[in-house]
Amino acid sequence: MTAVPLWEVFVRPRRGLSHQHVGSLHAPDATMALRNARDLYTRREEGVSIWVVPAASITASSPEERDAFFDPAADKIYRHPTFYEVPEGAEHI
Amino acid sequence: MYGNDIPEQPGTAGLLDEVAAAERDLAGRDHDASADPTAYFDAVIAADGKIEPRDEMPEAYRKGLIRQIAQHAHSEIIGMQPEGNWISRAPSLKRKAILLAKVQDEAGHGLYLYAAAETLGIDRAELYRLLLAGKQKYSSIFNYPTLTWADVGAVGWLVDGAAIVNQVPLCRCSYGPYARAMIRICKEESFHQRQGYEILYTLATGTPEQKAMAQDAVDRWWYPSLAMFGPPDTDSTHSAQSMAWKIKRFSNDDLRQKFVDMTVQQAGVLGLVLPDPGLSWNEERGHWDYTQPDYDELFTVIKGDGPCNRERMAHRQAAWDDGAWVREAAMAYAEKKKVTT
Repeated sequence: MTAVPLWEVFVRPRRGLSHQHVGSLHAPDATMALRNARDLYTRREEGVSIWVVPAASITASSPEERDAFFDPAADKIYRHPTFYEVPEGAEHI
Repeated sequence: MYGNDIPEQPGTAGLLDEVAAAERDLAGRDHDASADPTAYFDAVIAADGKIEPRDEMPEAYRKGLIRQIAQHAHSEIIGMQPEGNWISRAPSLKRKAILLAKVQDEAGHGLYLYAAAETLGIDRAELYRLLLAGKQKYSSIFNYPTLTWADVGAVGWLVDGAAIVNQVPLCRCSYGPYARAMIRICKEESFHQRQGYEILYTLATGTPEQKAMAQDAVDRWWYPSLAMFGPPDTDSTHSAQSMAWKIKRFSNDDLRQKFVDMTVQQAGVLGLVLPDPGLSWNEERGHWDYTQPDYDELFTVIKGDGPCNRERMAHRQAAWDDGAWVREAAMAYAEKKKVTT
């Protein structure tokens, strides 16, 4: 028997929030994946919208290269507002 | 709530707070130590951080987790059988709907856990195969029969109660996907425990026959529930390394004591007696003294000679075999659609 594909499940908990990864499941196709996701991850009204994505379609950054990969941001603390000195007396900034 | 006004159970609320705290902690942590993979693993563990699926990890950590998570998943799936036994004979439509929802939750818990195990690089189909081949275990408790309706109450109160005490610390386990699955599971388990307590309370305050039925169920489930925490610390083979890697947080005996301390008071509210003449409050220790379960019996059941081992495995095998045509048809349909679109 062919292996049943793996799907990653994303749920929007309520309007105004973005979809969040909640787990994975196996299903033969997208329709079944959606139905299984509903039964598995929203039995207690945990969501108003579900995405299912074939796990094989996800491209992920590699944990081994995380230092080199994320390094460019490490020395740019001037991207944060707390880097700047605000003179005494300046308001609403 | 499901209508009846049942007394509040001390202890459970505190445990749920711990689940919520573990969930908040997950959001607040990230420890990035160094480029050396082994040092990275050790630093994350030392700092109480989480190991995530593709991180470098010692082979023994990976294998140990697969063993533990798979055993846990199998327990949820096999655990559907003793309670499923009563779905068609539940005493009312309300109880039937609740029991259906509970057994469906157990299936869900099994699936969350299989998914967590798969992130460690093992296929779910392979885990099914290992269970059916007898190479992986499930909790010994599910090899006991549910003889009366009161057993459904006792399973919810005692078995799920013991499971919660065991599982709440796992919400802080060092492996991220397992910790996240456990948070979901623990939140859902507390409904299971309360519905069981409500069933027993209803029986215990009913006719003398109903009360006797409730007492009989508690008499039979008490010691097997205590045995769920595993062998005494002196005989536990996996504990020390598991504690060092922060997979396990408390010893078997500590958790068993915690369960006894919570349960004695709850039994009092039910007006039922725990079948242990040795049960007495120890002022000095600040804990209840109790009689240990029969660990020889525990090992007999684990080795396959409990009252229902063969029945449980035969049922699981039949369910797997009988479902083969559905799995094949669904895959064939998916393939056909792929070709035509």
